[in-house]
Amino acid sequence: MKVTQGTFSFLPDLTDEEIRKQVGYCLSNGWPVNVEFTDDPHPRNSYWEMWDFPMFDLTDAAAVMFEIDACREAHPNHYIKVNGYDVTRGRETVSLSFIVNRPKSEPGFRLIRQEAGGRSLNYTVQSYATDKPEGERYMD
Amino acid sequence: MTAATEADRYQAGVMPYARMGYWEPDYIPKDTDILTLFRITPQEGVDPIEAAAAVAGESSTATWTVVWTDRLTACEVYRAKAYRVDPVPNSDGQYFAYIAYDLDLFEEGSIANLTASIIGNVFGFKAIKALRLEDMRFPVAYLKTFQGPATGIVVERERLDKFGRPLLGATVKPKLGLSGKNYGRVVYEALKGGLDFTKDDENINSQPFMRWRDRYLYAMEAVNRASAATGEVKGHYLNVTAATMEDMYERAEFARDLGSVIVMVDLVIGYTAIQSMAKWARKNDVILHLHRAGNSTYSRQKNHGMNFRVICKWMRMAGVDHIHAGTVVGKLEGDPLMIKGFYDTLRESQTAISLENGLFFDQHWASLRKVMPVASGGIHAGQMHQLLHYLGEDVVLQFGGGTIGHPQGIQAGATANRVALEVMVKARNEGRDFLAEGPEILEQAAKWCSPLRAALETWKDVTFNYESTDTADFVPTATPA
Repeated sequence: MKVTQGTFSFLPDLTDEEIRKQVGYCLSNGWPVNVEFTDDPHPRNSYWEMWDFPMFDLTDAAAVMFEIDACREAHPNHYIKVNGYDVTRGRETVSLSFIVNRPKSEPGFRLIRQEAGGRSLNYTVQSYATDKPEGERYMD
Repeated sequence: MTAATEADRYQAGVMPYARMGYWEPDYIPKDTDILTLFRITPQEGVDPIEAAAAVAGESSTATWTVVWTDRLTACEVYRAKAYRVDPVPNSDGQYFAYIAYDLDLFEEGSIANLTASIIGNVFGFKAIKALRLEDMRFPVAYLKTFQGPATGIVVERERLDKFGRPLLGATVKPKLGLSGKNYGRVVYEALKGGLDFTKDDENINSQPFMRWRDRYLYAMEAVNRASAATGEVKGHYLNVTAATMEDMYERAEFARDLGSVIVMVDLVIGYTAIQSMAKWARKNDVILHLHRAGNSTYSRQKNHGMNFRVICKWMRMAGVDHIHAGTVVGKLEGDPLMIKGFYDTLRESQTAISLENGLFFDQHWASLRKVMPVASGGIHAGQMHQLLHYLGEDVVLQFGGGTIGHPQGIQAGATANRVALEVMVKARNEGRDFLAEGPEILEQAAKWCSPLRAALETWKDVTFNYESTDTADFVPTATPA
């Protein structure tokens, strides 16, 4: 399967040039960009690890590309996403978020159904990869 | 017409409303006043100023005759004041009347109380042939007495973990007749194929062919299956509309207990019920979708009823998170200029007067959260560039037929829409002129995405090119080059 979180997951993987253009779009809007990575792609995992601080005050997409490359080198088999953040009053939230790196193989998620009263079910979505401890997932 | 003097104002009998004090051409509206704009069509021979004063009177303190008990109150304060009457451009016999209402005329935080005055008696008034409520301005102090959207655009996106693109939805079709199990099949296919949401339609509640609990159980199985298959948060708007508040709470609680991120109600449940559901939704971390069922009975014709932008304002105050607000290019009514006015009303922190968009007042929204507009009805993947251009990013694009009617199946239909959307957002962000190049951008993507190719082929000639009935009275004058 393919985890389709993020803005462009239904497109072929973005090339570096395409990533640079999206980063440029963020910067031209005045949105600081940050890079995050994880090996726990649960849909409600809100806190991926931050690759250093959000890059405030940057105007050059090349500097962001440098950080993306460094993160990919350190975590070649993790999910890595790039976020643009809009600090405008009344927004103050992520304004663009797209995946720029993913594990070679994505085993996906198990749906666990716990039978409850009546015909109700309590659902749990669990990543197969997270059966292993953090840092030891997606090794092959 | 001049106001009556103190001595003759309270002579028993009938007196023109304008003379009773409901017309004050020199009145300067206070920041704390609620302002309205009505389109008035007076009966033959009725003076437009008297008609405006009558509307002010009947929507505030007046009755048809002088009453001495006015003198027991600070009646000058409680009288609504018509303060400006303009002929409507290019519309003989119609007038725009501006009326100011003191804040103390209204109970805090109650749409029902507000509307009981503003649209209560006055629309049946004999001296006017037709009447339409065009716009309202609410003071910040009054807005602060409303909860506003239970969730709002920002928090909804954070909960869904979806940023930087419109959301995608589809209404399950056929809207009536499917069993619960078959219904859930449509939900599963559409969500797995790439949509973020599916939706019950306005008239699916609990009918003989599918009782509500069955629908909820199968729909949530589908939602969770799709979520596990994609790693994304998915949702299905479970319609909780029912005969009584107790029934609606019961259904909403069941939806919540099954883990649904969203429920929906229809506009026909009424303003008070909507406010109750908005409070419930805030308390239970559930997004509240509103289907505007019924609105066209009073919002579509230009001379009578009320403009949909007023419904947008009331619903933002009442506290819904989603509202259907037009598509521009689809099968339902929607002039682009008017739709922009609706969308701005729902999504902006403040809006300035914009006559061509039908916004007659400056409006500061006092940090009330923003409502996500929903574009639904006769739209398809081939229009993605136009949809993104006209409607922007904070919108749910709902392709019902445009998903379920896909020749390769529902999943393929959903994938076609998602790919068309992502490729268009990507092109926009890259600085391309996506409106002009839209068809070409879609064609390029169709080369590697066969569902998109089939969608473009199937619906290439579909347009709904009819004149809108609700159009701007003020068209911007083109600036000569």
